[in-house]
Amino acid sequence: MADQVGQRTPRKEDRRLLTGTATFGSDVQFPRMAHARVVRSLVAHGAITAIDASAARALPGVVDVVTAADVPTGLAIPVRLQVPDTDVSGRLQPVLAATEVRYVGEPVAVVVADDPYVAEDASGLVTVDIDDRDPLVDVDDATEADVVADFGLGYGDVDTAFGRAAHVVAMDVAVGRHTAVPMEPRALTVEYQPATDSLSVYGATKVPVFNRQVLAGLLGMDESAIRMHAVDAGGGFGVRGEFYPEDFLVPWLARRLRRAVSWVEDRAEHLVAVNHSRQQRHRVEAAFAADGTILGLRDDVRHDNGAYVRTHGVIVPELTLAMLPGPYRVPAYRGRVRVVLTNKTPCGTYRAPGRYEGTTAREQLFDLAAAELGLDRVELRRRNLLGSDELPHTRAMHTLGTDVVLDGGDYVRLLDRALARVDELGWRQLVDAGRAEGRLLGLGLAVFLEKSGLGPYDTADVEITSTGRVRVLSGGTSLGQGIETALAQIAADEFGVPYDAVDVINGDTLLQPYGTGSWASRSTVVAGSAVQRAAREVAVRVRELGARLLEAAPDDVELVDGAVRVKGVPGSARSLAEVWQAAQPRAGWLAADEPAGLAARHRFTVDHMTYPYGAHVCAVEVDPGTGNVQVLRYLVAYEIGRAVNPTLVEGQLRGGVAQGMGGALLEELVYDEQGQPQSTTFMDYLLPTAAEVPAVDLVVCEDAPAATNPLGARGAGEGGVTAAGAAVASAVSDAIGVPAIGKLPVDPRSVVRLLRSEDRTTRHSVALS
Amino acid sequence: MKDQHLVTLDVNGREYEVVLESRRTLADVLRQDLGLTGTHLGCEHGICGACTVLLDGEPVRSCLVFGVQADGRSVRTVEGLADGDELSDLQQAFSRCHGLQCGFCTPGFLMLAEAYLDTEPAGDPEEVRDVVSANLCRCTGYQGIVEAVTEVAAARRKQRDG
Repeated sequence: MADQVGQRTPRKEDRRLLTGTATFGSDVQFPRMAHARVVRSLVAHGAITAIDASAARALPGVVDVVTAADVPTGLAIPVRLQVPDTDVSGRLQPVLAATEVRYVGEPVAVVVADDPYVAEDASGLVTVDIDDRDPLVDVDDATEADVVADFGLGYGDVDTAFGRAAHVVAMDVAVGRHTAVPMEPRALTVEYQPATDSLSVYGATKVPVFNRQVLAGLLGMDESAIRMHAVDAGGGFGVRGEFYPEDFLVPWLARRLRRAVSWVEDRAEHLVAVNHSRQQRHRVEAAFAADGTILGLRDDVRHDNGAYVRTHGVIVPELTLAMLPGPYRVPAYRGRVRVVLTNKTPCGTYRAPGRYEGTTAREQLFDLAAAELGLDRVELRRRNLLGSDELPHTRAMHTLGTDVVLDGGDYVRLLDRALARVDELGWRQLVDAGRAEGRLLGLGLAVFLEKSGLGPYDTADVEITSTGRVRVLSGGTSLGQGIETALAQIAADEFGVPYDAVDVINGDTLLQPYGTGSWASRSTVVAGSAVQRAAREVAVRVRELGARLLEAAPDDVELVDGAVRVKGVPGSARSLAEVWQAAQPRAGWLAADEPAGLAARHRFTVDHMTYPYGAHVCAVEVDPGTGNVQVLRYLVAYEIGRAVNPTLVEGQLRGGVAQGMGGALLEELVYDEQGQPQSTTFMDYLLPTAAEVPAVDLVVCEDAPAATNPLGARGAGEGGVTAAGAAVASAVSDAIGVPAIGKLPVDPRSVVRLLRSEDRTTRHSVALS
Repeated sequence: MKDQHLVTLDVNGREYEVVLESRRTLADVLRQDLGLTGTHLGCEHGICGACTVLLDGEPVRSCLVFGVQADGRSVRTVEGLADGDELSDLQQAFSRCHGLQCGFCTPGFLMLAEAYLDTEPAGDPEEVRDVVSANLCRCTGYQGIVEAVTEVAAARRKQRDG
């Protein structure tokens, strides 16, 4: 059997998803299941003076109405990802607002009814009296008391670098408020077993083991009495599967009511309840020598975190600073971030957190610098990219609890490969031809650094089953990314079986209690490495028992094509099913006290992340009348290290581009001055459709396998998003003849404003050579 | 007293009788009353198209259609596409072209595309792109979806032309 890793195998997930037989959270139904509906604050900031639920309780079919008065006092949702030397403990979100509401959408009560329609009817009958307070909507209006964390990262003598610079280039960059918008809204179904006082939770995704720990803590239950079941999930992208108020409320209600409770949010709720992300203002500056060499970089960031600190703590601002220097040689760097609490939906991560924002700020600054220094945009970058001989490169910073050590690679080569492909595709001619007709076309470029393979560990169990199938119990979770297929390929190679002889179960806390979940482009890398090691240990055991069956020495047998045989003697082959039989206690092959079965658990640990890198190039056309931007062409070049399944890697990159483009051009969660959200439907929060997203050309490189894991993989989840805001802004600025653009999204109104601005010059170079 | 109606509908060739409140959506009838959970609700305001089903052959947003409006009519859902274990040409093409990732929007795209393919189109990729821009996908960037529908249009045309 040829190696399965590296093959474009079709996905194991597809059949159930294509036939409508997949099981998403809201597809799990139990007899006599009750339905919950959350009553949310309609006011951005105020004191709760009274809640009257009598009319709701009186409605036939209503089972229960609960408020903060019914839950134990002081319950708040803890932080999952701590940043050292920050204390956010006083700013955590309560499971239900008790005395104060801090954003529109904050849960204040829950109605439970026999029927979801009745639950929704009743929720409208709950009246909440609130004394309004002034909301904080803009970080410019923040006071010291609104700043929950103020910290810096950096190294080197930044002041001296700026003091001796030939040029200092500075600009303001604002990134809008976005959210991930998985197509499936959140859903939870919880079954309660009174006989054992235990809970079964369907719909927890991403980090089920952590969420079970939090839930057990909040409920005062033993973790073993709670089982998070794996179900399909309709996209994650960072927001789905974190611990939200509902992740406490629904299980707590199931236990209180001693019956199954289902909760499914609608889209309007989702857009005010699920984590927001991205919104930052940067004042970013770079010091250059006369020849365009970077001497120093500094950035002052204000991060609008919304009303509370949720499970991500202040990790997104930390990541912003830690990743801001990107793939460049930056001798001195200082970043500062102030994390401001405003009266908007709280924030967390969204695919490429901190990097989408920071890459936009840095790359737009470099476009401006190229214009001011009179250099080609590519040349400026080429001069300053770290060379392959300078890697690994340690930056005296830390993030996510690890040191920043950029592992091996060749950034310049990747940039060259990207530009060679652009040449092949004829994009310069396309832009030139359009311009010759008087149209506003432009080319944009952005180079980026990503991170992946975050440890410190993940765990996998691998076992052989009675029919000789391979069963993997992984610590990853399936959010639609294809992890089942990738892990099956990895396990298959250890036994020489086809990948469809492998069954993968992700994210079930009973079957895999030590999983770390799927986030941060980590699960193929870290969970995949754990699967490989566990499978290898099982393969050793298979050979050991197989040798016994064959009456041969273990060194004289081999495991080929899913069977053990005496080396070079195909006729002696014993199948995995036969070896499994021999591993059963009744079979008589086991020694006294020898464990039965063919299974192994492996915990893979890794100290450092791996840092993939890439470049985005795109061509856009601007409509001079409406300011509309059409993306005509798009290319991503990306170093994947080693692709377990190239098709899945490409899918991740293409999907990432669509999301990144959305944030660059269309998507923004807008609030009015009263803190009222203006983007609560898909008519107002605009996702890109097939009409806006072009076909994406890809240059997927396997030039630099990662040294941090046995697969050599670098992770694919985020590189399609990271530089999309920067690349689109770069192309628009090129099209309309401004040096750089300081605000995302580049919506039609801002394009028209720029087209009318005085600063508009002749277009700068599109040579990109 | 609830306003209840006895409704008869044909779903994927099988007849069902259900008693419905007039406000109950077709999506909830399919998912909750008939257990056909392949039809998904992504926005409940008619934009995302995840809940697209065919009503008398025409694509509709089942979140915007009341169950009573389907009385006496035929409904086709994602559960009706495969022939037993054999996936339809369109389902196979979606998998082959990596036109799905999380798969939540997929049933809506499949039904939208089925209705389009029933018009016996030439399958010009630009036209396909225009058609599938009616629905939202957040995972794929649409490229695999466009390729899958284009391929099937071409294959069916070839089959028709013999």
